[in-house]
Amino acid sequence: MKPVNQKAWFLVLPVFICVAFSAILPLMTVVNYSVQDIISPERRVFVGVEWFASVMRDPELHEALLRQLLFSVAVLLVEIPLGIALALSMPAQGWKSSATLVLISLSLLIPWNVVGTIWQIFGRSDIGLLGAGLKALGVDYNYTGNSLDAWLTVLVMDVWHWTPLVALLGFAGLRSIPDAYYQAARIDGASKFAVFRYIQLPKMRGVLMIAVLLRFMDSFMIYTEPFVLTGGGPGNSTTFLSQYLTQKAVGQFDLGPAAAFSLIYFLIILLLCFILYNWMQALGQSEKEGASHA
Amino acid sequence: MHEDTRFKKRTLFLIAYLIFALLPIYWMVNMSFKSNEEILASFSFFPQHFSLASYKTIFTDESWYSGYINSLIYVGINTVISISVALPAAYAFSRYSFLGDKHVFFWLLTNRMTPPAVFLLPFFQLYTTLGLMDTHIAVAMAHLLFNVPLAVWILEGFMSGIPREIDETAYIDGYSFPRFFATIFLPLIKAGVGVAAFFCFMFSWVELLLARTLTSVNAKPIVAIMTRTVSASGMDWATLAAAGTLTIVPGAIVIWFVRHYIAKGFAMGRV
Repeated sequence: MKPVNQKAWFLVLPVFICVAFSAILPLMTVVNYSVQDIISPERRVFVGVEWFASVMRDPELHEALLRQLLFSVAVLLVEIPLGIALALSMPAQGWKSSATLVLISLSLLIPWNVVGTIWQIFGRSDIGLLGAGLKALGVDYNYTGNSLDAWLTVLVMDVWHWTPLVALLGFAGLRSIPDAYYQAARIDGASKFAVFRYIQLPKMRGVLMIAVLLRFMDSFMIYTEPFVLTGGGPGNSTTFLSQYLTQKAVGQFDLGPAAAFSLIYFLIILLLCFILYNWMQALGQSEKEGASHA
Repeated sequence: MHEDTRFKKRTLFLIAYLIFALLPIYWMVNMSFKSNEEILASFSFFPQHFSLASYKTIFTDESWYSGYINSLIYVGINTVISISVALPAAYAFSRYSFLGDKHVFFWLLTNRMTPPAVFLLPFFQLYTTLGLMDTHIAVAMAHLLFNVPLAVWILEGFMSGIPREIDETAYIDGYSFPRFFATIFLPLIKAGVGVAAFFCFMFSWVELLLARTLTSVNAKPIVAIMTRTVSASGMDWATLAAAGTLTIVPGAIVIWFVRHYIAKGFAMGRV
């Protein structure tokens, strides 16, 4: 167990101040808006939980939420295993290692609006490499007209854009494993899979937890890329939660319901992250116990 | 023989992924050397009329290239502050229990769980009141909201991987905390510091909404300036592609500098 030491708070204090300074004021503003009907800046009416009730009953919101959940689950299922596989395949030393690191991180550095714009051209079957390539292969692909194509394009774009984050975290985690562990495994005659399962994976658990949570919450709030690429279409097939929220807040200028919506949105993410976090913690705990029994 | 085929499979997988990763970027670079007419007219693997016009626009027009400088300034300030406040905090979280530690740790991350649009209006009011609008400090401070929690979480993950015996041995040997932290502990978590610094740089570099709202002229970042390529008269694809290509460069240099920290990782000096 970690020793109890209340003085450790002094080490945390700078972080606490930095974040609280930026976080508390906006939260108060949003809570304030969410319980009022703002007719004009001078005329406001307290409406209690009315906005929350009406937002919760909104069938369009339910659809957007379902689409969002499906998308985020797909993102995690593809990006986490792919990222781990990449981290394991990346060379550890020499110029090859440096080159791979730089090349892999390039997609992370492109501003999100540019990502959407580039894929807009990239996916077009007349002038884009992806679209033209698929056409040459005989695939009937059209991301502006076909819902499934649009959805898959957004998913592939996200995989392209964000898998490097998982790979970089995993790679750095792997590099932090002392050689002694591998030597011990070699002496025991452990198979490659056993090394992965009992040394590399548990040691990467910390960084993978960050990767899973980050990818989950960021994909749950995805806005710019699908907005630029498909504008939420065709139909509503790629209208995810945050775009729906923005339509409400900006398009219809309903600050009250939009604020209530943001709070519900935040609580959904919070709840799901909390479940993920505790689940992964418990997984690590039972692993440790299993190891100490053996 | 077995080792050999295994190695080849890994390399093939890596090469396949790299091709996938680089194709869209290649297309962007390809577009940046074309004219708008050529981009929209026909499909071609290489620019038929190679042109540097888009780059010339960016490098000669001050309102364009100042964007890169502004972005670099606030991203730099943000990264330095984020890492320096996160290091001691992450150490506290990984080594000690104290009142509310788990709650504060999780609370930090909750600040990344709100759509950034929610912060626009309150931040605008806050920084106007403080008289910091259109300064690099304002953007750097606003970005602390999502970068500090990230840095704390990443660094904590790496620090928890270091056995506590190392700390204890050092204290017995008479090291003071600052000396132990700087000379023994930091080198052990190099990989974590490298990754955390790169991610702080990256998330601050590509953030658009807050940076655009808090600046107007003097500190306007490149991501905001880029949006001017979208106008009523249509898209300026070529300039956007050139600007996008150039936005990759500073980050690529950063990762080049931190690559050794990431790749070397754990060099157990003592124990």
